This record gives sequence, C-alpha cells and structure tokens, in this order.
Amino acid sequence: MKRVWILLAALAVAAIVAPFTGPFIILLLAQILVLGIIAMSVDLLLGYTGLPSLGQAAYLGVGAYLTAILATKYGFGLGWDFWLVVLMGMAAGAATAAFFGLFAIRASGVYFLMITLALGMCVWGLAYRWNSLTGGDNGINMRGRPKFGIELANDVTFFYVVLGFFIASFFALHVLVNSPFGKSLVGIRERELRMRILGYNTWLHKYIAFVIAGAFGGLAGVLWAHLNGIVSPVDVLLPASVDVLLMVVLGGPGTLVGGLIGATAVVFLREYLATVVQWWQYVLGAVYVLTILYLPGGIMGLFKGGKA
Amino acid sequence: MKRFALLFAGAVAVGPAVAQELKIGFLAPMTGIFAQIGKDMENGFQMYIDEQKGNFAGAKVTFIVEDEEGKPPVGVRKAEKLARQDQVQLMVGGLLASTGYAIAPVSTRLKTVYVLSVAAADDLTQRDLKQYPYIVRTSWSSSQPHHPLGKWACDNGFKTVVSVAADYAFGHEVLGGFQKAFEDCGGRVVQKIWPPLGTKDFGPYIPTIKRDADAIFTVMVGPMALQFPKQLQEAGIKKPVIGGGTSYDEFVLPSMGDEVLGHVSALQYSAAIDTPRNREFVRKYREKYGKVPSYYSESNYTTAQMIHEVMKQTKGKWPGPEKFIQMITQLKLDTPRGPVRFDDMRNPIQNIYIKKVEKKKMHGYDKDELWNSVIQTYPEVSQFFTYKKEEFLKQPVYNRDFPPCKHCN
Repeated sequence: MKRVWILLAALAVAAIVAPFTGPFIILLLAQILVLGIIAMSVDLLLGYTGLPSLGQAAYLGVGAYLTAILATKYGFGLGWDFWLVVLMGMAAGAATAAFFGLFAIRASGVYFLMITLALGMCVWGLAYRWNSLTGGDNGINMRGRPKFGIELANDVTFFYVVLGFFIASFFALHVLVNSPFGKSLVGIRERELRMRILGYNTWLHKYIAFVIAGAFGGLAGVLWAHLNGIVSPVDVLLPASVDVLLMVVLGGPGTLVGGLIGATAVVFLREYLATVVQWWQYVLGAVYVLTILYLPGGIMGLFKGGKA
Repeated sequence: MKRFALLFAGAVAVGPAVAQELKIGFLAPMTGIFAQIGKDMENGFQMYIDEQKGNFAGAKVTFIVEDEEGKPPVGVRKAEKLARQDQVQLMVGGLLASTGYAIAPVSTRLKTVYVLSVAAADDLTQRDLKQYPYIVRTSWSSSQPHHPLGKWACDNGFKTVVSVAADYAFGHEVLGGFQKAFEDCGGRVVQKIWPPLGTKDFGPYIPTIKRDADAIFTVMVGPMALQFPKQLQEAGIKKPVIGGGTSYDEFVLPSMGDEVLGHVSALQYSAAIDTPRNREFVRKYREKYGKVPSYYSESNYTTAQMIHEVMKQTKGKWPGPEKFIQMITQLKLDTPRGPVRFDDMRNPIQNIYIKKVEKKKMHGYDKDELWNSVIQTYPEVSQFFTYKKEEFLKQPVYNRDFPPCKHCN
C-alpha cells in the first residue's frame, strides 16, 4: 500500500511540474504515461500470471488503427464521441485478445512467447498489407486531436487527460491484482499444477487476464494515436512489443508501478542518449542485460529486495 | 515599407559582428537498413556548410542531426524534438515519402519551416499544399522524373511493360507517373507486382513476371536495388530493365556488377552529368568522403546552397518562416544538377536526365567504373510535365490503384 502512496505522490509532482517542463518534455511525459498503461497490461500477464507476452503491441495497434480510421475516414471521435472511441478501443483490444487467447493460453513459457509473437505479427501483417483500410506502409496521418469543451490539441491538456487515464488504469489493475482473482493469478504463476488440483480453472483465469490486458492495450492504442498524430505499421512491429516487455523487466515485474518506471527510463535514455551518441542502442542493450543479470526484480527490486 | 524595414534590420545586423545563429535540424536515418543513405544525405549538407566554414552570410550555422531510422513515427518524434526542444528555424530532410507525409503536419502545427530535401511525396506540393504553408521542396516529387521516362520508353519502341515496385507511397507515385505518360503515348502496363519495401528475396515475385512483356519497370529503394537485378539475372531473364531513379542511384551503383549494364533510369541528377559545375562537385565530394555523390548528397548540398542564398539576401538575419518560404521559391540557381527554379506550388522545375548504366572512365578518373551516362535530357520539367496543372490536380494522387491497370490480366 505504501508503494501506491509513493506513486501517487510522484504523479502529483509530475502533474504540478508538467506545465513548466517545456514543450518537448511534456510530450515525452505523455508518451511515458501511455507506455506506462500498456506496460502495466504486460505486467498483469508477466508479473502476476507468469505469461511473457511478446505480442502486446498488437492490441495497441488495434486500438490505434481503430482510432485513426474512425477519425480520418468518418470524422468520428473528434468531439465528445472521443469517449466512445476510448470504449471501442478497449473493446476492440479485448475482442482481439479474446480471439488470440484461444490459441495462446494453451501454451506456456517459451511456447507462449512464440505464439504471442506470431499472433502479433499477424496484426502487423494486416496493418502493413491491408492498404485500403490501413494505408499500408504509409500509415495514417491524423488531422488533429479531439475537442470537447477542452482542446486536446493543447499538449498540457492532453497530458492531464492521459494522466487521468493512467491513474484510472492503475487503480483498476491495482484492485484487480489484490482481489481474490488476482491472488489466484499469482498462485498460477507460482505453481499452476497445485492450483488446478485445488480446483481452480486455471485456463479460464489466464484467459480472462489475457483479455483484460488486451483491453488496456487497446486503451493505450487510442491515446497513442492521438499522441503521435500518426499510426504506422512500425507501431505494431515486433520491436514495439519487445520494448514494452523490457520496460516491465527493467522496472520490475509484479509491481504495476515498475512498468511506469521502466517506461520513464527507456524513453529518456532513448530520446536523450540518441542525441548525444549514435550508438545509443548499445547502451540501452547493456542496461537491459545488466538488469536481467543483477536486478531480477528490476529497478523496483532495489527498493523492496523481493517480489510482491 | 516592409522591404525597407528588412533592409534596415539587415544593415544593423552586419555592422559589428553580431552573433546570429541559424539552427538547422536535419532528419536522416542513421541506423537501420537506410543508414548509408542517411550518411550520404548528411555528407552533402555538411560539405556545403564546411565550404562556407559554418557561416551563412553572417549567421553561424548550428547543424543538428537526428536519426529518423527510416520510420515515419520516429521521424515525427524527432521533428517534434527539433522544433520544440532545439527550437530550430528549419527542419531539413526525411528520407522516405511516407516520412515526408508524416512530418509535414508537424511543420504546420509548430509553424516551423520544413525543407523536403529528399522525401518525394507527390501530394505535399500538389493537392495537400494548402495545408502546409511552411514546406518547400528542393529535390523532386516522385512522379516528376518518371513522366518523361514513360514518354521516353514509349518513344523508344517499348509497347508492354511489367512493373515491380516497392509497395509504399513512393513506389505507387513513381510507377503512377511512368504509367500515365507511357500509356498516354500508347504503351501498356500489363502487370503490377508490389513487393514490400525492404524486400531482400524476390524469389516469390520474379517467376510471376509475364514472359511476353517488352520490358520490366522497377522501383527499388536502398538495399532492394542491389538484390533485384542480381536475382533477375540468376533467373535468366534478359528483358530490358527501366527503373525509377532510386533503382540505379550512385548510392548503390558502386556495389553493383555487370548485371545492371544497359539498364535505364531517370532522375534530376546523375554524377555523370558532364558540366564543369558537376565535375567540380564530384571531385570535391569524392576527395572528402571517398565515394561518388548520389542524388541524396547532391540534393542536400544544393538545399544548403539555397538556404545560404536566402540568408545572403537577408544579410544573415532569419526572415521568419513565411518570408523564408517566399524568398526561397523566388531563387533561380545554377547547381550541380543544372539550373533549378520553383513552380508556384513550391516544387522545383529542373532538367530530367534519362540515364543508362555504362562501364567507362569519367571525370578524369583512371578506372573503369559504372556510371549513369546521360542519354537524353528533358529540360525544365515541372511536376506536371506537359499536362495542364488544373487538369492534373483533378485526378487523384497516384496510388496503388491509380492509374488503374487496364491491361492487367
């Protein structure tokens, strides 16, 4: 519980400081929060259920493409109907996960990794080749952010909206992982066989967790589309999924907060290191390797010394 | 009155050495499969800055290079960074046409000049121009060299053509331009094959090429350009090959073998243009970077020159985005590629060279090398070629389905 207060304090500080950070940093902060949402969804799978997903960008992609297509082709979602699009994005993410889960949840460990990777690439394939709908390799350029009383085109306003979504997502997931359902997910992570013997339907538990993660992936996608103003197959590509997974590993799996910390580290390293040196990817790689070798609990592990 | 004020401001500026700064943000891929092209782009621009010792008519040039990775979303992020964080006056570059389409809205949103020194996306200087008051193109629009090429192919006896083109905006537009001019003159495109951008293995595509076509038209970008002619030769296909400009650009030419001899392509630049201006440019570039300049190098070198010319007129004072756009489009320059001026939609009017790959000695170098010999010049070609602007703009931008493939099947 203490952790939650620390996070809230940190977010409050961010919220107060944000408008004064300058026009570029505020974009990065919004980006971190969106990535934080999808990282938490991965954490639900990896940290709590023990399912390493390498295809989470697929749900982000579904949400983002849905948003972009509705906005550019039908002019939908640029006013109050933005909230509808948020719900639709979550539903689309959940529906995709519900479909993919039928295949993925049968497997575990490395096989789960491979299947989610393959399924994620299916979504990429669609984004890349379904030209009439997705614009293919060009992606979709959006014309502007929604406006409903407040103007999301203002980056500070947009940041606060994203912050709101992040906090809501955090609490939803926090409640979830501390519920009996969440505890049984942890049980499955620790020893699935025992849970099954105890009479739990472990398949269904994992399936539901997978679908919920998909929904939050979809939510992140809706925000992602408006954040960048462009949706491109690159957003759905494997490296995007890997990045999110690594953010969780870096921050500390099984903590929810870890995702946000990982996202912060990665985004700032990427944006600032890249301007200083051209071989920044090696530095990022070294950070990952060192984390996995010496900090199995991620950055959060530094503070706690053990898993939640 | 305004001009007077400007002159006055300029005069004040030159007086004692007032330190003025011109911040130029440069977007090019520095990692990934297009990293080498990015290097060519940067080298061209850097060479001009070095020639001027970093001083554009009194303004000290700060040149900030950002890696856009050849990915449109990354390009957008980096453009945001350049405009917001570094507060550059100008953004230059962007490799892929899709990246150009993605960055242009950023320039409008942040009221920052965006000079398209490579990204050839047609519609930016055509149907979409009104949305983008702060962009200007110094290179070419995708279809611009390929209208003349279509005419040339038709005039030189080709009747039917199969296309193999990279499946993204640039590929669509290059082929579109070629097809339009080629078919308007009586030729027929009988099949369109669309490998994805970055394809390395053309095994699945080559066998489907219709055997009875007169020629193959290719649009290759980056490493694709190397693979395709090799694999075509291995498959034993000896049809004449006509290519979009980037298929045989000097960027890939030195790595190619005899399999490309005789292949024809079109562009606004060839390192083999035999003018004193270009010979000098090639010599200096080669001395400095150890390779022959590609159009990526020339285009960015020339872009730097254009920016310098504007700064000369303002005596080193940044004129503001609106005025800059207005001034740069008034320029008439002699460049390595030949004379360049602008049309009223901020796209260059320039010579288009039809080029054939030949092995020979050129510019006084003593080894036999592959060069893009100019076999025909279409002078002063605009992005509308011989078509009327109004009618041209009524048709949709060239895309996967336009012009339709009437003669396929």
